[in-house]
Amino acid sequence: MAQSNPDIEGSVQPIRIVAAKKESFLKYFIKNKWLYIFLIPGLLYFLIFKYAPMFGIVIAFKQLSLAKGIWGSEWIGLANFETLFSSAHFIRVLRNSILLSVYQIVFGFPAPIILALMLNEVRQMAFKRISQTILYLPHFISWVVLAGIVINFLSPTDGIANQIVTAFGGEPIKFLQEPQYFRTIIVSAEIWKGIGWGTIIYLAAMTGIDPTLYESAKIDGASRMQRILYITIPGIATTVVIMLLLSLGNILDNGFEQVFLLYNPVTYETGDIFETYTYRIGLQDGRLSYATAVGLFKSVVGFILIISANYAARKISGKSIW
Amino acid sequence: MRLKFSLFDAVNNTLVALVTLLMLFPFLNVFAVSISEYSAYVENPMRIWPKDISFKAYQEIMKHPVLWSSYLNTIIVTVSGVLIGIFLYLVTAYPLSKKHLRGRGLIMVAIVFTMLFNGGLIPNYYLMRELGLINTLAALVLPALITGFNLILMKTFMEHIPEELEEAARIDGASDPYILFRIVAPLSGPIIATLCLFSAVGYWNNFYNAIVYIRDVDKWPLMLFLREIIEGSKLNSIMGGGGDNAAETSNLNITPVTLQYATLMIVMIPILCVYPFLQKYFVKGIMLGSVKG
Repeated sequence: MAQSNPDIEGSVQPIRIVAAKKESFLKYFIKNKWLYIFLIPGLLYFLIFKYAPMFGIVIAFKQLSLAKGIWGSEWIGLANFETLFSSAHFIRVLRNSILLSVYQIVFGFPAPIILALMLNEVRQMAFKRISQTILYLPHFISWVVLAGIVINFLSPTDGIANQIVTAFGGEPIKFLQEPQYFRTIIVSAEIWKGIGWGTIIYLAAMTGIDPTLYESAKIDGASRMQRILYITIPGIATTVVIMLLLSLGNILDNGFEQVFLLYNPVTYETGDIFETYTYRIGLQDGRLSYATAVGLFKSVVGFILIISANYAARKISGKSIW
Repeated sequence: MRLKFSLFDAVNNTLVALVTLLMLFPFLNVFAVSISEYSAYVENPMRIWPKDISFKAYQEIMKHPVLWSSYLNTIIVTVSGVLIGIFLYLVTAYPLSKKHLRGRGLIMVAIVFTMLFNGGLIPNYYLMRELGLINTLAALVLPALITGFNLILMKTFMEHIPEELEEAARIDGASDPYILFRIVAPLSGPIIATLCLFSAVGYWNNFYNAIVYIRDVDKWPLMLFLREIIEGSKLNSIMGGGGDNAAETSNLNITPVTLQYATLMIVMIPILCVYPFLQKYFVKGIMLGSVKG
């Protein structure tokens, strides 16, 4: 942004700020009353819609009866957690959540990096801009739309995938009801949706690389491939590490919509994750306290993971998300 | 040397073009099928060029009363969510962009904390229930009004607006509300546009809040309607076979692909229309947020 004009800064700004430091709180408050009035609606919003539900986690330690309300319901201590940890569903849900994230990291994480490296090498600006516009687009399409497309593509009767399978002499496959395909389908759909959007941050990191490095490498006779390998990739390495750590911090978050829209009882075995399990037992089976316990387990573990990931990112690069 | 360079470019550009086409293919395919006869789809489901052009599917789906009520609901939710949200972002981000604001650090920590930890599904549901918002459109608007992440984006943007502009106005006797709405807000155009796009798309596409909080068909947003239309084919693929003659069946549950694709188009069109105009802003917006904060 524009540099401050030293004249104006020298004459005006300090008066207000230096003066503000010396004032009593009441004087400061009266002077800046509007700033605090502005804050009221936003802070109320966070209080009601973000913080109030956090107190609702006491439901996990109670036998919630909607008639008696949270405070009237009986305490049952850790019973919900005992049920949770001893349930076979818990192991399955934990395994599926982690496996889906691991697949997403192994296959989905490198994808936008590779695409960003390729885009960065495109010299025809018009072509680059048009590609980027199209590549970002899927990010803005809802999972409901995408699920609709996926279901039709994979339809055993006339979907594209099975047309290809039968063209090669195979038997039509009912992709969406075979547990072994479920993770592949979700991860492929997520890559398709997110690959272009994911390039933004890497392209930004690439524009930060000193152009003189490329100039001198060119003079030394480095090929385009060599320049990518020895300048661009090391140049974005910190960003890559941060992004990787942060995705490790989100390992329990798989996204509710894509799984919910594409799974069915036959594929629960590989598809059921924390988000969908909580929804099913909570809102469909009405086991509110148990579902809260499941959600709390996920929130707490997720919180610890993301805090550690951010700490690691800061240690390594001095940068972090907040 | 020269040849080597152009070979690299040729291969690289081809690869980028292929990936781009892979992104474009489903859109072209959905569009082409939606305006073709069903027979043309059966003949070649991969078509990206319409054959036997027909708008029957659109005519058919537009007769569905739930399409219109759900469309209206989604528009109401999106417009009110974006307007209230942008107002809240402006008034909350502005004080927080002032480094001298006392209590700023504490408030920022409290906001960042909401990005890392949340009560979870059931406590949120219980809150909505206590507020009497279950099965109301307000339950679709309120939970997504503002997020810590976007608030930080706007705050960071405002911190870069030159202080002198505000000081000059202040000397002329302008009050804080005047400065915020007449000076800072107009200068925040790019970030407002970015957040409008993010939030509008979020509301338009949201399925989760709808499925959790909405029961009655007349309060359905578009995504619940769309899902209902798609469920037909989901049933097909689960049963395998059985639904072969989807086109011949008039059962609402088993919908021909052309009908589904026409619905997909109707749902996507508004986003496809606003997207190109806002695209130049959001790349800057997201970069700002990911690098600083």
